[in-house]
Amino acid sequence: MTLMEFFGCAFISFGLPLAMFIFTIAQDPLRIIVLIASGFFWLLSLLLSSILWYAVVPLRNQLAFGLVFSVFFQELFRFLFYKLLRRADEGLKKVSQVSGDENITPKDINNKHIMAYVSGFGYGVLSGAFSIVNVLADMAGPGTIGILGDSQYFFLTTAFLTLCFIMLHTFWGVIFFNALDTKRYYLVAGVVLSHLLVSCLTLLNQRTAERHESLYLASLIPAYVVMIIAAFWAFITAGGSLQNIKIAFTCRKGRYEMD
Amino acid sequence: MSGNTESSSSGGSGTPTERTGLMSSSSSTRPANPEATGIFNNSSAVGNSAPLSESRQLDNRAENGRYRRQTDNTNENSSRPSPQNSGGDDEEEETFMYGANNVIMLFVPVTLCMAVVVATISSVTFYSAKPDSYLIYTPFHDQTDNTGTKLWQSFANAFILLGVICVLTIVLLLLYKFRCYKVIHGWLIVSSLMLLFLFSYIYLGEVLRAYNVPMDYVTVIILMWNFGVVGMVCIHWKGPLILQQAYLIMISALMALIFIKYLPDWTTWVVLGVMVVWDLVAVLCPKGPLRVLVETAQERNEPIFPALIYSSTMMWSSIGMADEDHSKKNRKKSESSNVTEETGASESVGGNDEDDQEGGFPDHVATSRSVMTSSTESTRARSAVHALGNQNNFTTVSDPDRPTNAEQRQNQQNGSQNPAQDDEERGVKLGLGDFIFYGVLVGKASSNGDWNTTLACFVAILIGLCFTLLLLAIFKKALPALPISITFGLVFNFATSALVRPFMDSLASEQVYI
Repeated sequence: MTLMEFFGCAFISFGLPLAMFIFTIAQDPLRIIVLIASGFFWLLSLLLSSILWYAVVPLRNQLAFGLVFSVFFQELFRFLFYKLLRRADEGLKKVSQVSGDENITPKDINNKHIMAYVSGFGYGVLSGAFSIVNVLADMAGPGTIGILGDSQYFFLTTAFLTLCFIMLHTFWGVIFFNALDTKRYYLVAGVVLSHLLVSCLTLLNQRTAERHESLYLASLIPAYVVMIIAAFWAFITAGGSLQNIKIAFTCRKGRYEMD
Repeated sequence: MSGNTESSSSGGSGTPTERTGLMSSSSSTRPANPEATGIFNNSSAVGNSAPLSESRQLDNRAENGRYRRQTDNTNENSSRPSPQNSGGDDEEEETFMYGANNVIMLFVPVTLCMAVVVATISSVTFYSAKPDSYLIYTPFHDQTDNTGTKLWQSFANAFILLGVICVLTIVLLLLYKFRCYKVIHGWLIVSSLMLLFLFSYIYLGEVLRAYNVPMDYVTVIILMWNFGVVGMVCIHWKGPLILQQAYLIMISALMALIFIKYLPDWTTWVVLGVMVVWDLVAVLCPKGPLRVLVETAQERNEPIFPALIYSSTMMWSSIGMADEDHSKKNRKKSESSNVTEETGASESVGGNDEDDQEGGFPDHVATSRSVMTSSTESTRARSAVHALGNQNNFTTVSDPDRPTNAEQRQNQQNGSQNPAQDDEERGVKLGLGDFIFYGVLVGKASSNGDWNTTLACFVAILIGLCFTLLLLAIFKKALPALPISITFGLVFNFATSALVRPFMDSLASEQVYI
């Protein structure tokens, strides 16, 4: 039973990201490197926010404080990673070996959305992994949750929220990078604010003294709504349209090309 | 040059070391780790030369690339930029020839090794439980809570271990200097024998015990015999490349597990720290033993023992290539023989049928790897010298830049003659010691039961490896692989377990997402 729960939740949260990884990233070594590098940047931001949370002793029990600053740190490091990536463009061009004779710039560099997608995905995967991996480890274990009056949906909510955050980070990555490229700073602000909004909504999952039931729906539904909006926006940003979708579903050669 | 003709069959009975079990267990790492510790062999070092694809890609610079390849063959790696080459631009281009591919080629095995260690640590309690006895190199292991005592004891242990490592490295170096290949091979064979049979037997037993699976001795004996013998053959003689790599990863993981089990808790961390410094010194100091070792190997134009180094592509004297040859030859034979063969003593032998049956060595006098090595090396050296001699037409000497099909096949055919032209040979090499210590770090991080720490260490090590490869591309010489990765790993391990863990735990239990 616990094992089933473990696998179920693991695949809820990581099934879609795994498929995305296999189909879009695994074949290209450069993308894997960028993925891990952006994950590392997320790790740095987490470390910084943990230090802050740890240092400010009186507010250690107020997660809202740590949360808000953590969101800002994450977005700051996303910006730093953007800077790094744009600076490294030249180098990346050389690193990615293209087969063929001519001196073409590889697709990954020409189409800036690819690297934005990959780095957003790296951010998401690592943040998702960090937030669920210990819960997963407990899930497999001999016991389960719910006996002492906790909600029986604890694991399920965690899994779905993790999935939501992985996807959100991916879309935010695409929007954020493009906004910086085109200097549309209101979009950057939008990303930061929506991140703040979704994160703060998850505060409703807490059980407080006066409220013994977690308001899971109050956090899940808005989070998924924001995710869908972000997905739509990222799709438009990356040059998607209805026509593209139609073409994607008709059978023809080379339809898996990302361009 | 490169006449290591006295080195004979690698199967020579090696009894250079008479040690007890545990001792020789770690003597097996000793050569492995220091020697290997962070030898990314630069292409020009042991492996090879600018990748073909690179020179193809830069069409207008094909000439240059080709020239490079030739120079590389001449083993003059230190004096890379030849005067008549035009421009640092090409230098730049070549800087990045260890492209992203090579990074991934190391990521995969490192990840696999760490995964084996972590999976074992978290499922088999034997390796994380406190042992009854420790390694004899670590005599101080009192069970105290006194921090001071712990501190000096772990430092003392670490330095004793370091001393042992130093001595063994120097012994290895001296043996190599004086061409005692038999002794070295014996040493390596005995230690890999230990690992493949004894330690994997223990490992199997513990895994079976952990999962409560009964198994009879007959099955176990058959399993172990096959596993061990195939491993010995693959590592020391010949076998498919992927099998060799798999065994090397397995060996490193086993060794890392042994370290995790038999080193006292705090000593492990200090040892990791000390190894960083030792690795820096040994590889980068002008008289550092590993550096001297690598340089000697380059001088003699021979590869470092395959039992010590993981190679992402064909070790080019190793038998993977012969294997390749073999299949190619078979294919060719089945196609039909419309390929014109150049006449040459070895080739004419190579075309024979009985040779095909025998594993495809053109000159099958050479049964041992090392003799094989010497012969191919000398031919390579000869052709390189030839190329250097008349630099004007070296491009035509032997250059299959874009070989026609027949040409290519033919080249494969005389692979042993012109090994330098094999596409597959380039690639980076990583010492088994690096694998072992990465494994130790991640395994140790996972042994306290927090997966976040494990993940953080894993990412940190991979990023460190990336940095090291970047530096390798810039400096183009053998570099230590431990310092950056292990430093990152240590920092992230302690930071995560002290700071991030409580934060993430409270977030996860409250289901708050950042």
